Amino acid sequence: MADFMQQVVAGLASGSIYASLALALVLIHRATGVINFAQGEMATLSTYLAWTLTTNHGWSYWPAFAVTLALSFAGGAAVHQGIIRPNEKGSVLRVVIVTIGLLLLINGAVTWIWSGEVRAVQSPFPTRTIEIGGVAISIQDIGTIGVVVGTMVLLWFLFQRTKIGLAMRAASVNPAEARLVGVRVTWMLSLGWGLAAMLGAISGMLAAPSVFLDPNLMAAILIYAFAAAVLGGIDSPVGAIVGGLTLGVGLNLLGTYVDFVGADLRLPGALFVILVVLLVRPSGIFGHRAVKRV
Amino acid sequence: MTALLELNDVSARYGPVQALRGVTLEVPEGQVVAVLGANGAGKTTTLRAVSGTVRRTGSITFAGMPLKGGPEAVAKAGIAHVPEGRGTFTELSVVDNLKLGAYTRRERNLRGDIERVSEWFPWIPERADQTAGTLSGGEQQMLALARALMAKPRLLMLDEPSLGLAPMIVREIFRIVRELNERDGLTVLVVEQDARIALDTASTAYVLEVGKVAVEGPSADLRENESVRRSYLGY
Repeated sequence: MADFMQQVVAGLASGSIYASLALALVLIHRATGVINFAQGEMATLSTYLAWTLTTNHGWSYWPAFAVTLALSFAGGAAVHQGIIRPNEKGSVLRVVIVTIGLLLLINGAVTWIWSGEVRAVQSPFPTRTIEIGGVAISIQDIGTIGVVVGTMVLLWFLFQRTKIGLAMRAASVNPAEARLVGVRVTWMLSLGWGLAAMLGAISGMLAAPSVFLDPNLMAAILIYAFAAAVLGGIDSPVGAIVGGLTLGVGLNLLGTYVDFVGADLRLPGALFVILVVLLVRPSGIFGHRAVKRV
Repeated sequence: MTALLELNDVSARYGPVQALRGVTLEVPEGQVVAVLGANGAGKTTTLRAVSGTVRRTGSITFAGMPLKGGPEAVAKAGIAHVPEGRGTFTELSVVDNLKLGAYTRRERNLRGDIERVSEWFPWIPERADQTAGTLSGGEQQMLALARALMAKPRLLMLDEPSLGLAPMIVREIFRIVRELNERDGLTVLVVEQDARIALDTASTAYVLEVGKVAVEGPSADLRENESVRRSYLGY
């Protein structure tokens, strides 16, 4: 039982990393109507920035964390203004292809700047474990979960309790109408891209200490995030979080207790989830079925 | 008396389709003006030209100043546009819809404003948390109107408020518009296919035909006009 609980907590920790990136995908999908395939690479770039600040410039972890978030926000908004917006008038496919191009571009740039070498990243949390009711829980897992939960609470507050958050929601659900009430829709969408880049950065920085940092840091995590977003419903922020946590715990338990799955079949497991959800319930757990008015 | 809104030789097109061909009209402060016409006559485009959601030529003046820029700037200038087909955010709650109505205003007293608007629509407070998309068609049209009032507009533009609604609800909506005008002096530009109720509400009306003003004048005169009567009033 203690072992089981331990696996659940570890699953929640990796699940919150998936949830964070999944939420980034959902924010972009709601705002721009596309999947941003470059979301993972943008997060990798952010993580390298944080690594450079701490390793090469001697910053301590949390200031580097905060500055990375700010830079990621600015970068995400700039990507929207400079790259996505000029292509938005075309088809959805065009924007999707632009994001794939961006994925390759950032991946190449990161490899060029930092080389493909695998690097260890320090964790901001002690690697010790503490015992709660006979269950040994790693402080790093608790810290990871805590950072993501804190982020979600702040985002909830932003979207549900502030004027600008309401304007962002309005801009993403009905841009034409939002403009009529005076909302500057493109600015709101840029804000959304900025927030998504921040969420990605959080996901990358929390993942790096346990999986090491290399230019393909987020490749697998992006697949898990897709699976989480699809499972929860690609249009539902709550769904992204629930989907991420469910996937994290589920895959962890599967890997531990089903012998043949082990660590190797985790990624195919995520792909299997995507496949099954799309076949059985394409709108996901919390998503809305797309209804076209005639 | 100067007009609050003046359109001078305004034209607009959607690609190859010329929707407006030199429309000139004015809306005096404190009055209700109706724009009538058949489908495709350019009624909706007239409002869209004002709110900056369609590219246009010609000049538009609002409160003595040239009206420029996109819909955000027009909203800020004090024009509330309720578009055709219930202008609500169907995925957001009733209260969020109302809050968005007041988006451009600097001084905001949301609670007070919602109370003020609820005087016209007493069902709003108890359904504040309901998603707008779950309201009936008539309620959505009223919510759109309420949202426009949240902006405390100098000019209210209504696009076909009667569209797809039961006659009783249409009468109720026009009663409210009339009262808003008489009691609060709200200036209204309403586009409507139901010529009878529009002429009953407006003091002046314009009839559009293929993108041009065909007839204009006080509502009473238009009601007597032979061709208007036959084409739009049906008797």
